[in-house]
Amino acid sequence: MKQNTPIERLYNGVLKENPTFVLMLGMCPTLAVTTSAINGVGMGLSTCAVLMMSNLIISLLRKFIPDRVRMPAYIVVVASFVTIVELLMQAYVRPLYTALGLYIPLIVVNCIILGRAESYASKNPPIASFFDGLGMGLGFTLALTIIGAIRELLGAGEVFGIRIMPEAFEPVSIMVMAPGAFFVLAILTALQNKFKAPSATNKGDKFCSGNCAACADKTCEIGERSAEK
Amino acid sequence: MSFLSTLFLGIISAALVNNVVLSRFLGLCPFLGVSKKTSTALGMGAAVIAVITLSSAITYFIDHLILRDKLVYLRTIVFILIIAALVQSVEIILKKKIPSLYKALGVYLPLITTNCAVLGVAIDSAQQNKTFADTMIYSVGTAVGFLIAIVLMAGIRERIEHNDIPENFKGMPIVLVTAGLMAIAFFGFKGTIG
Repeated sequence: MKQNTPIERLYNGVLKENPTFVLMLGMCPTLAVTTSAINGVGMGLSTCAVLMMSNLIISLLRKFIPDRVRMPAYIVVVASFVTIVELLMQAYVRPLYTALGLYIPLIVVNCIILGRAESYASKNPPIASFFDGLGMGLGFTLALTIIGAIRELLGAGEVFGIRIMPEAFEPVSIMVMAPGAFFVLAILTALQNKFKAPSATNKGDKFCSGNCAACADKTCEIGERSAEK
Repeated sequence: MSFLSTLFLGIISAALVNNVVLSRFLGLCPFLGVSKKTSTALGMGAAVIAVITLSSAITYFIDHLILRDKLVYLRTIVFILIIAALVQSVEIILKKKIPSLYKALGVYLPLITTNCAVLGVAIDSAQQNKTFADTMIYSVGTAVGFLIAIVLMAGIRERIEHNDIPENFKGMPIVLVTAGLMAIAFFGFKGTIG
């Protein structure tokens, strides 16, 4: 497939480099808000909106932002869009806003966003960056919806609030509580290993070796570089 | 309630009952990423305590002096910039003034900007209108909770390294299962404070 076309970017974000299952980035919202499928969709779409817009703006500004202050500049762009999304949600989708609570402002520190800004949007033209953001955002939404649906199905017997399990099914309520998040993700990752699907855990260093810390190493370099100079 | 018991209960509640990593999922990335060895986990935990304490004090004053009345919507932007600037300056100051401490904590400092526990605590205390004393108790408690969780995790990971783990669970899955079991254990603290 031709590189950097909109379709290729979407495919890359949703399947080839899915941020949650393949790159294993942005674990905090992935585990925290997926108590139900609808919360997963809400979180995924709001992150997607921020990701698209920040990728677009950062890509447009990529020739103007000096290399040494690029991280603070990216953070300001991302934080502005997060604030916009937060205010819009507060005004128009109140229930979701209350359900997601603290995790909406925390989209700022979601390393998918800074990671894409640093590794893609700062080097590529605006249209491709926009679709890269859209693809990554949709991939993230898909992953959150899957995890949310599994947890909701096992923990409450419902998906999107619609009863799926038979009446006799006793909900495993631990699945909608904190430990359930870890277990569901553990099993999904183990299945990925089993079927040899590419993921951060079995592809080694090619991707961000499984944690944000590795991703933030790029932020590290800036710290070291500016200190040396 | 006397001040001492408020202090004690506040710290216990923030550190154990509502553990930042295991029940609120903040700071998961360093928790999963920097927990391979107990010594590095300790270093990370100590750096987080220092940064969270400093940043909550500063963001509290900025919030109350400047933002509170008319600029509430600027909280996210201002807080994240304060934290990023703070982490950078702490790093530079430590490097010049206390090189021994810099050697111990320096590597972890840049990773902390993207640690959502720091921003989370600052925003949470501002949203809940906590007083200065409450903010400090809450943030120190949270940071101690992070230290406890990451050191325990590192200890467990050092041991399971040599165990016979099913092939498909090697690496991240077994770490997640461990974290889940730890979260169940931390549920036990729920009953301690009524």
